[in-house]
Amino acid sequence: MINFGYKISTPRSIDMDSADSRLYCQLVEAVPSYRYCIGCGGCTATCSAGQFTDFNIRKAHFLFSRRQYDKLASDTFTDTDLNKCMLCGKCSLVCPRGVNTRGLILQMRKLLLK
Amino acid sequence: MKRFWNGYQKAIADDHYFYERSCIRQTFFPGSEAAFLKILREELGKDICDNPHQHTCTGIGYHSDVVPFETTMTVVARLFSLMTECGYRNYVPSCVTSFGVFTEMLAKWEEEPELKEKARQYLWDACRREFEVPDNIAHPSDIIFKFRFDLKPKMKYQLVNRFTGKPLRVVEHIGCHYAKIFTHAGIGNAEFPYVLAGMIEAWGGEVIDYPERRHCCGFGFRQYLVQENRGYSIANTQKKFESMESYEPDFILTNCPGCNMFLDKWQYTIAEMEHKTYDKEGYGIPVLTYEELTGLLLGYDPWSLGLQIHQVQCERLMDKIGIPYNPAEKYCDFTGRRLPSPEKPEFLKV
Repeated sequence: MINFGYKISTPRSIDMDSADSRLYCQLVEAVPSYRYCIGCGGCTATCSAGQFTDFNIRKAHFLFSRRQYDKLASDTFTDTDLNKCMLCGKCSLVCPRGVNTRGLILQMRKLLLK
Repeated sequence: MKRFWNGYQKAIADDHYFYERSCIRQTFFPGSEAAFLKILREELGKDICDNPHQHTCTGIGYHSDVVPFETTMTVVARLFSLMTECGYRNYVPSCVTSFGVFTEMLAKWEEEPELKEKARQYLWDACRREFEVPDNIAHPSDIIFKFRFDLKPKMKYQLVNRFTGKPLRVVEHIGCHYAKIFTHAGIGNAEFPYVLAGMIEAWGGEVIDYPERRHCCGFGFRQYLVQENRGYSIANTQKKFESMESYEPDFILTNCPGCNMFLDKWQYTIAEMEHKTYDKEGYGIPVLTYEELTGLLLGYDPWSLGLQIHQVQCERLMDKIGIPYNPAEKYCDFTGRRLPSPEKPEFLKV
């Protein structure tokens, strides 16, 4: 191939028309309250695991809703941030929208491990 | 309601134009400007001045942030002084970026009259010249649009596929500097730009409305001029091609030299990089200027219009319309002497 001295830049925009929504739909089906999240970050602020590790529940939520599953899962799943949640449930207590956040993390793990 | 729609109209002078040539177009689409002058003089009987003393408008340097505003203002003032010297009042810049630069200068001078006085002083200090502000600035595509129904009876061909009898499907692309900077400067404003769509519809074609219709062609000046940034430029163009591909356009019509060049030449680069072309047969989508299209439909020789200079070749489009051409004369100069043929690309068929 000719070396032009540059490559076609990959856009950072997310094309929702061509994104794979299957996992997202399965998650919404399993945890319907997921759709009520307003992204306030209360869950992340109160998260014990988040204080000591890179786990960030709001980040996980956004990545999943943007269909960027590859950033959440990897071959060594046990090392991923998602697996650092201790499922204590404090996030569920503070959520102003009543989202089943603990159920959300459990379902994300299940779907991404499939 | 009538007053509301007035904002989408534009006053275009009837006659006596002063033409300013484009830097890019004279290099990459050399037949277009000659065709425009011929159409105006011979088909429409208009008076248009093609002054040999003209020069750049600095548009490329200005929009790349290497030429300061004061310099651009003075250069614009000198071009206006040439118009004044020749006794004309209607300015017609060939390039869409020039059109944007002149429109911007007039707006700045109206908002801040002291800038105009500065420009007068700079011009006088530099070359002892004086200028008058034009009464009317129109892009050549505005003029062709204005006279599109006068040209139609003179045309030998229509935008109809002679094999199917259906209108040709056309993507129109309007340069950003035409109406996105000063919306009142364009026909149909920035909201409903109609300058090229009007020509296509009047001459029998069908305009394709696709999702990225108003997206930039990818030139973007700095994105292209710095080699390392060209990935951004080509990514923009690719986005447009991907958006229009499923509509299977017969060709692309543009009114801006940068758009014309990038929509045409990036098809070769994308084909080399990703082995991807945006038509089914692998020839790419032809890209025409509005003068080339008008000239073709009027029956001008395609090689004298400079179609052989294009990256994506236009023979298949001419076959669809029914325009005759002589392949033997494709690479001949005006004296009939044969010139060397260009190399063929590896992936884009020609």
